[in-house]
Amino acid sequence: MEIVITGILISVACALLGTFLILRKMAMMSDAISHAILPGLVAGYFFAKGPDLFAGFLGALVAALVTVTLVEALKNTQRVGGESAIGIVFPAMFALGTFLVARFFENVHLDTDAVLFGNIEFVAFDRLFIGDVDFGPQSYYVAGALCLINLLFITVFYKELKLATFDAGLAATLGFSPFFIHYALMALVSVTSVGAFTSVGAVLVVALMIVPAAAAYLLTDKLPMMIGLAAGIGALSAVLGYGLALAIDSSVAGAIVSVAGAFFFAAMLFSPSHGLIAKARRIERQRVQIGLEALLVHLLNHEGEEGEAHESEMLHLSSELRWLPQFAQQIVGVAANRGLVMQVNGHLILTDNGRRQGQQLMVY
Amino acid sequence: MAHGSRLKAFPPKKNMTTSSSFPLAVHDLTVVYRDKPAIQDVDVNIPAGKLTAIIGPNGAGKSTFLKAVLDLLPRVAGTVEVFGKPYRQQRQLVGYVPQRASVDWDFPTTALDVVTMGTYGKLGWVKRPGKAEHDLARQCLEQVGMADFASRQISQLSGGQQQRVFLARALAQDAEVYFMDEPFVGVDALTERAIITLLQDLRQRGKTVVCVHHDLDSAPEYFDWVMLLNVRLIAAGPFDSTFTADNLRKTYGGAMKAAIDHFAHFEQSKG
Repeated sequence: MEIVITGILISVACALLGTFLILRKMAMMSDAISHAILPGLVAGYFFAKGPDLFAGFLGALVAALVTVTLVEALKNTQRVGGESAIGIVFPAMFALGTFLVARFFENVHLDTDAVLFGNIEFVAFDRLFIGDVDFGPQSYYVAGALCLINLLFITVFYKELKLATFDAGLAATLGFSPFFIHYALMALVSVTSVGAFTSVGAVLVVALMIVPAAAAYLLTDKLPMMIGLAAGIGALSAVLGYGLALAIDSSVAGAIVSVAGAFFFAAMLFSPSHGLIAKARRIERQRVQIGLEALLVHLLNHEGEEGEAHESEMLHLSSELRWLPQFAQQIVGVAANRGLVMQVNGHLILTDNGRRQGQQLMVY
Repeated sequence: MAHGSRLKAFPPKKNMTTSSSFPLAVHDLTVVYRDKPAIQDVDVNIPAGKLTAIIGPNGAGKSTFLKAVLDLLPRVAGTVEVFGKPYRQQRQLVGYVPQRASVDWDFPTTALDVVTMGTYGKLGWVKRPGKAEHDLARQCLEQVGMADFASRQISQLSGGQQQRVFLARALAQDAEVYFMDEPFVGVDALTERAIITLLQDLRQRGKTVVCVHHDLDSAPEYFDWVMLLNVRLIAAGPFDSTFTADNLRKTYGGAMKAAIDHFAHFEQSKG
């Protein structure tokens, strides 16, 4: 139970920020940050002389801001493209982190496995004690606080985030610094990464930020709805993922992210507005509609001409309009069903209704 | 304390539209892109209540000029004043219409919401738009003939409709001087008429409009004032006396026959 609640809180905290990362086309930046905070965590560990949450957050925040600044600086040299700059900076930071861990903290709790994959299974063991009273797992408070901070941020600065994301140029001319908003968002991504990191690890933090938001993007055209859906999909992934992990006796973090991935895949296929299936249907409908219009106009054009009989033959349709016989048959079938044409002795004749529609099409 | 009371004694005028302070006064503006100047030493004063076109060949720095004026690009040298004060103090008086292609029209929002963004500047940080802002945005949509599209998803609008949404958003800024980056590019005839009607309406209300424009055919009909730019300022002034064959040749280069043909066409239509 404690694992599920922690999972939900972290998923929601991640998804709230993820929405804006998706809209800003910065999914890779969250990947970079979640890895690049490692040296910061190590530094925090070093200065606090042990695992200390606050020192960890502070170190990670600094490391993340260093990463973002370096990426921006590298981009500004215009010697490497945007995505490449990210690809150069974050492995360097992560390498520095793993190097520090291996060199100085070989025998401590902070091992590379935990960094990569986290250990949400153990959240119940780190408990918050005040005096002798057990206030429940520490992770509740961390993940809960992150959820709250992120929610507060996107609520209070909703207008600014939306404007700076949609049109940074206008935001700047209206006096809302897109620079400030960018760095504030990045700072929260880094802090959230630290919180999520101990539970699900550096690799899967990215998935929790990006995947539910990417699924939500496919499901709605309204920003508040997208934020809500992203959080909902994140939370649901945590619940179902935990159930899945129990059922097949596997990694909880892995299962959570797999479920989130399944949600994304389902959204991509079945979304009524942006799904692949809906799109294929739409294209098919358009194809039929265009074919239908072409048929009506063709018949109308040759109506009353000498060659009318010839032009309206089924066989002729295929060759004249360059249609495959199947398609010609499909279109004629639809037209007949809708009462637009009639077949008389193997010839197509426009009905009154069909003629009217054809004439409407020719108005332009 | 003394300073504060002095300010009270002599309150600054809100809109300094006196003849001595131009809506836009640019002095010695230079902008460098990589190692080449994109704008070099441009000095220009844009007059109030006029429609001004910025005209020049591709790569002449027309958009760069606008962006540098609006502080969106760093200036290497020069000053920009809006109604006699540095631009940063006068943001409220400036409206901006970026190039349509500069934003992602798949962004999940509606036409009305985009127009409402024009009111954000006056709202300031954190404060949310309310009924007054949405009503204003609706009026602005109506002015560009888009009232029926208020709740339409922006991705479902045609290019011309998207451009009109951008113009409505600028109207919602309720500015004194408007900068527009190629508002006529890629729009249908209906939208072109809507835009030009709107520009004339703005002029009638005493507003100043500066447009990056690259259609030499329509320019003389639409604008009162012209600024011919090719990295350096070639000429600036009233259309009739500035849009000359000689100036166009200087702007587009001597070999640019097309520009000269346009000029001949213009002369004919004047005659």
